[in-house]
Amino acid sequence: MNNRILHIATNTFREAVRDRVLYNLIAFALLMSAAAVLVGQISIQIEKLVVINLGLTAVSLFGIVIAIFIGIGLVSKEIDKRTLYTVLSRPVRRWEFIAGKFFGLAGTLVVNTIFMGIGVFAALAYVSHHFESSDFGILVALYFIILQFVVITALALLFSSFSTPIFAPIFAFWLFVIGNFAQDLRTFAAMAHGTTRVLATAAAYLVPNFSALNVISQVAHGEPVPHRLILLNTAYVLVYSAAVLSGAVMIFERRNLK
Amino acid sequence: MNAIEILGLEKIYNAGFWRKRSKRALRPLTLAVDDGEIFGFLGPNGAGKTTTLKILMGLVFPTAGTARILGMELDDPRMKAQIGFLPEQPYFYDHLTARELLKYYGQLSGVDPKQLSRKVDAALEQVKLSNSANLQLRKFSKGMLQRAGIAQAILHDPKVVFLDEPMSGLDPMGRREVRNLIEDLKANGKTVFFSTHILSDAEALCDRVAIINQGELRGIGAVPELTASVHGKVEIVWQGAAVPTGIRSMGAQCHSAGDTTRLILPEENQDTALEALRRERLRLISVVPVRTSLEDYFVAQLGTAAKSEVVSSELVTDGHNRLSKQ
Repeated sequence: MNNRILHIATNTFREAVRDRVLYNLIAFALLMSAAAVLVGQISIQIEKLVVINLGLTAVSLFGIVIAIFIGIGLVSKEIDKRTLYTVLSRPVRRWEFIAGKFFGLAGTLVVNTIFMGIGVFAALAYVSHHFESSDFGILVALYFIILQFVVITALALLFSSFSTPIFAPIFAFWLFVIGNFAQDLRTFAAMAHGTTRVLATAAAYLVPNFSALNVISQVAHGEPVPHRLILLNTAYVLVYSAAVLSGAVMIFERRNLK
Repeated sequence: MNAIEILGLEKIYNAGFWRKRSKRALRPLTLAVDDGEIFGFLGPNGAGKTTTLKILMGLVFPTAGTARILGMELDDPRMKAQIGFLPEQPYFYDHLTARELLKYYGQLSGVDPKQLSRKVDAALEQVKLSNSANLQLRKFSKGMLQRAGIAQAILHDPKVVFLDEPMSGLDPMGRREVRNLIEDLKANGKTVFFSTHILSDAEALCDRVAIINQGELRGIGAVPELTASVHGKVEIVWQGAAVPTGIRSMGAQCHSAGDTTRLILPEENQDTALEALRRERLRLISVVPVRTSLEDYFVAQLGTAAKSEVVSSELVTDGHNRLSKQ
């Protein structure tokens, strides 16, 4: 990473921290504590299942909300407040600015997820008193959640580079919802005929495949995640995010900052 | 050598989603700024000053034409490392302190990390913000933000400094300090290109000025050259309160105070007025040419409508005084 991208990423991370984005961890900690205590009292044998399901789903939702709402402001807020003027009048290329913003927010989400992951393990330790080797599948689930955040951050940046702060989060949120049904969309496309099949196939491959990145239920039941899936998902997210970021850069390179 | 060359720069904005409307912000603009000079870019609000600066900074793309700074293209990072820019009404990352902000900008400008702290301290000292260096910018007043803006523009020792309305938001003392700072930059061999609608600042500072209105260049040159092209006025003072009828018919206004009368009239009417005084045997005290100001030139070029959008130093001072009283 070149130095300018690193400096922009560091500033983005610092801005998120000082704007109290990580305060969501307090809400998450309260949620996990309450869940651990309640689950310990009302369920028998399924405490682990409930805590893992609830914990990982909360990690995912908290992070998605942060990725969308901070992500869409990454560029548009800088244009509205004109903070961008004094950055781009320096030897900073527009693609470096986009890349710096992306890594800054992705870094924030990784740190956030690490703290939340510790919270999930703490709640798990409270209800089951010991860890089993299958519990470490939670780490894979957390890694996949981070991969989801990477895609959502790239998409939020893309929408932020041309849309308004009102429409951009709506677009990003709907893509997240549709992306969770990407596998169903592919199944539907395979069954359809004619133009519908072409359109459904195009849509199925265009939307991010979040369903492949969701192994929460699998991990909660103690089922192992194949290594091949980890490799394929990593490659998929790298290619998909790079393509989305390239789109964001292409739009931003041509944009007049009025 | 030209520090800045602008060749036929033109900008048309397209607005509207369904029904496209175009607005011409800049007609083909051509001008050059010499190395080491202070160049004033004047015009009323909406004249095209900020659009020109945004094009030069690579924030907006021109519809036609080109420009070069220090002989390099506008998207050349080597050129951008050698320029400083203060935007109009600057707003900065308010989660940072002034010191952190300058450090960040220094890093982006490629300042040697070993010299960064020293340069940050020097810039803060130069704009008199050393005491507020560790205060977050969200707690800064408008004037302090303007100073921080100037500090970030000069921090990396640029060869050319672009300032968009640098006196905006400053009190009279602050304005004087910025004027001194601009003069210091020139003394250190820097080129300063600044836009303003405060004519007295431009008159006091600039080696040359350009006047722009509705995106069109209306005049360019040294202030004395420009003002010399405006027909001058003379002040005639004589003893007594009597005003000859020949003078009254010229439409000139006379002011009598005590035992003298003072008259200001266009230079071309001077001989007729003196002849009238001689005929009436009035005792002449003085005939003095009245200095033509940049404001007179501005009005002659753009008319009184544009004048209402520019201000002289008296009005600025008066405005600040009124604000401070409130």
